[in-house]
Amino acid sequence: MLRHSLMGALILALAACGGAEKSTSENGSEAVTIDRNPYPSTYTPYPSQTVLLQGATVLDGLGNLIENGQVLVEAGKIAAIGEALDVAEGTLIIDAGGKWITPGIIDNHSHLGVYPSPSVSAHGDGNEISGAVTAEVWAEHGVWPQDPGFSRALAGGITSMQILPGSANLFGGRGVILKNVPSRTVQGMKFPNAPYTLKMACGENPKRVYGYGGGRFPGGAPYSRMGNVAGYRTAWAKAVEYKRKWDKYADEGGDPPARDLELDTLMGVLNGDILAHMHCYRADEMAQIMDMSKEFGYKVTSFHHAVESYKIADKLADYGACSAMWADWWGFKMEAYDGIRENIPMVHKAGACAIVHSDSDIGIQRLNQEAAKALSDGRRAGIEISKAEAWTWLSANPAKSLGIFDQTGSLEVGKQADLVVWSGDPFSVYSKADQVYIDGALMYEREADEQLPIMDFELGQPGEGDVK
Amino acid sequence: MIRKTLSLGLLGFAFLTCVHAQDYAITNAKVWTGSETGTLEQATVLVQDGRIAALGPGLSVPAGIESVDAEGQWLTPGIFSAFSRTGLVEVGAEDSTNDTRASGTHFSASLRAADGFNPAATTLDVTRLEGVTRLAVAPSTSNNLIAGQGFLASTSGAPNSITESRAFTYIDMGEGGADLAGGSRSAAWASLRGAFADARGYPGRFITHSEGDSLNRADAQAFGSAVRGTQLMLINAHRASDLRQIIALKRSNPNLNIAIVGADEGWMVADELAEVAIAVIIDPFSNLPASFAQLGATQRNAERLIQAGVTTAFAHLGDNGHQARLVLQVAGNAVANGLSRDQALHAIITAPAEIFALPDYGTLSPGALADLVLWDGDPLEVMSAPSLVLIEGVPQSLESRQTKLRDRYMDLDESEKPLAYKR
Repeated sequence: MLRHSLMGALILALAACGGAEKSTSENGSEAVTIDRNPYPSTYTPYPSQTVLLQGATVLDGLGNLIENGQVLVEAGKIAAIGEALDVAEGTLIIDAGGKWITPGIIDNHSHLGVYPSPSVSAHGDGNEISGAVTAEVWAEHGVWPQDPGFSRALAGGITSMQILPGSANLFGGRGVILKNVPSRTVQGMKFPNAPYTLKMACGENPKRVYGYGGGRFPGGAPYSRMGNVAGYRTAWAKAVEYKRKWDKYADEGGDPPARDLELDTLMGVLNGDILAHMHCYRADEMAQIMDMSKEFGYKVTSFHHAVESYKIADKLADYGACSAMWADWWGFKMEAYDGIRENIPMVHKAGACAIVHSDSDIGIQRLNQEAAKALSDGRRAGIEISKAEAWTWLSANPAKSLGIFDQTGSLEVGKQADLVVWSGDPFSVYSKADQVYIDGALMYEREADEQLPIMDFELGQPGEGDVK
Repeated sequence: MIRKTLSLGLLGFAFLTCVHAQDYAITNAKVWTGSETGTLEQATVLVQDGRIAALGPGLSVPAGIESVDAEGQWLTPGIFSAFSRTGLVEVGAEDSTNDTRASGTHFSASLRAADGFNPAATTLDVTRLEGVTRLAVAPSTSNNLIAGQGFLASTSGAPNSITESRAFTYIDMGEGGADLAGGSRSAAWASLRGAFADARGYPGRFITHSEGDSLNRADAQAFGSAVRGTQLMLINAHRASDLRQIIALKRSNPNLNIAIVGADEGWMVADELAEVAIAVIIDPFSNLPASFAQLGATQRNAERLIQAGVTTAFAHLGDNGHQARLVLQVAGNAVANGLSRDQALHAIITAPAEIFALPDYGTLSPGALADLVLWDGDPLEVMSAPSLVLIEGVPQSLESRQTKLRDRYMDLDESEKPLAYKR
């Protein structure tokens, strides 16, 4: 459904030459529509071979483990998965005995590119803090594709990720979903046919940045959590009105409504085209946000940094929102004070959607270890979860939360061959990604120098080409 | 099985108002000694009066001693976090709870982090139950590149858990120090040279002037032992050229006892560091050009430094207020990047004890303090955890505010009473 509307948008985009386009409606007048994809993806998969990976322990990403399993990759897709597959002549057969194969890891929350390395002042492109509501900004317009962090994440088995604006604002702007393939442009990394996302933030950050800004920022609001919610509601009320105008215009024609970039994004959420991702630590605030989303008729796809999800895991399951969580971060601010190591397994146990996320250029390099910590802490507390099930936190659930699960996130026939060959059990600290395939193309190989991308910034610098 | 008997034992302890070291035996353990003895299988360790009394396979346990069967699991000395702010900060972003630095102070070397240590901070329990029993805690820089005096403590949470309140002086000679000195590395080194002169000239030069070149009277006095080499000088720096400056400082002042924190480009000057016997405390996670001082950062840093013979300890420098405990994961990753397990354990147990000059600590050998951790798996594996922690022979609680929150919310049934009544 979602994909269809986006495909529609893509087709429109081909014909578009400006911010809005005109077409002739039934009554003969020219109708104005909004181009929903003016910065389209130019990513195309790199050349790949037909490859059979055999002899590995395979996690399919849906909760199943195959011992001595095989995965066949053909034309960039998963062609088959099983134990004794038939392969055509000429298939490259790779012995992966002793290794593990998993779907590529998808990080639901990254600021690579918008807060790149080195973190010099000129690189702070992740927060448009000039206003509390900046739904009109798009993370992709701040992404520096030369961030060395992308290459480090690749070595950690990250095949796709959501790049989000920061959390200073009530509405931080649009996120963008990227394939972790180096490119000269961000368009060259954009995940084709992925929906846009909206970043919102609860709690301490907006009220600190604006309310405590000493009048440096326009309006000085919000100053409190009350102000936060009032700020969201004010914006949503405007968006509802904006949408009403555009819907009326689509039905009845007349003068087209004035274009508003901020409200375009919010209207996209109300229409279900843009997925709402909300930074929210505290359980009580998440409960408020769920009510607010019902008030205005949209759905929160995921709560991010949800350190208190374990307190309302039942309510999150009923509502149907994912929780994107760290394994063990806590205490760095008041709303993170109640972080516990069993958060992820407790959310899983309640039947809610659990995701391991990073929010860190270091953490993104070893999300498999973060899942392992959470899994073992859960088991010690009596929550029995298999490794195969736990992998849903790393690939399938983030893919669902990003609206790309029909394309990637599990090793199902027909899906994009985004997968990782691990040197051993990826729940072990000692295992490393040996190979990373994206759309079937080998984009990283640990033991092959030519398979290690070096970003422009690192050329001619100390450590160029070193093992990182 | 082990855990059950232990938690019963701990319940018993909880009723005592004061817990004393007692005799204790751990049998059938895989003992990592940290000494030439290596790793012993099926060994017994006897603890007496807070110290290791004896160890070895086939050791008989005297009658009447409380004994735990390790069932073949790993037993190591307690983990030593070589650099953190544990116990100085309860909630990072809340200044009122954060004693790591003082933005308004005019003091520097005389600032003692120990004055702000709260052994009842929730971080202590959280850190201890992951197997960390010893901490080196540093102040953060305030308005001078000399941050102040760091201390050593156990994670027991006891009122007397600081073992050395002025263990080292912490100095930032990297980008942060340059900034504090006025904006350049030249300013930082001029400031440090001035501080050396002030400390060496104390008290004489303060008789006619109330202020020194860099330091006030109290700071010059406090900096004296570091400048004389009787106290460890812990210097933060990453860039190879900065490290060479520090090496040169040591060459021209051989009496100085210097260790470097950070050292992301340490591998580039590893031989020189080894030659002048400067130890390093590094974070092996660090592999990004996070700043222009860290362009050469690589996860191979640990392997290369240790290969060159540099005394190398690990710390989790990322979130060092609350996550000192991650030093174990850090060490495991160093193994994935070229070290042996044995070398990595040295870097989180033995090397810190060497750097902070604690001869009674860092090995599991007769006479050493009985900080012991019994693990439910490979100590460096992310899925392993301690099943028993002893500090100076005393079994420690493995509860924390976090485990209490977990237990309260494990079952969300509120049909009888609100969860707030659940303990």
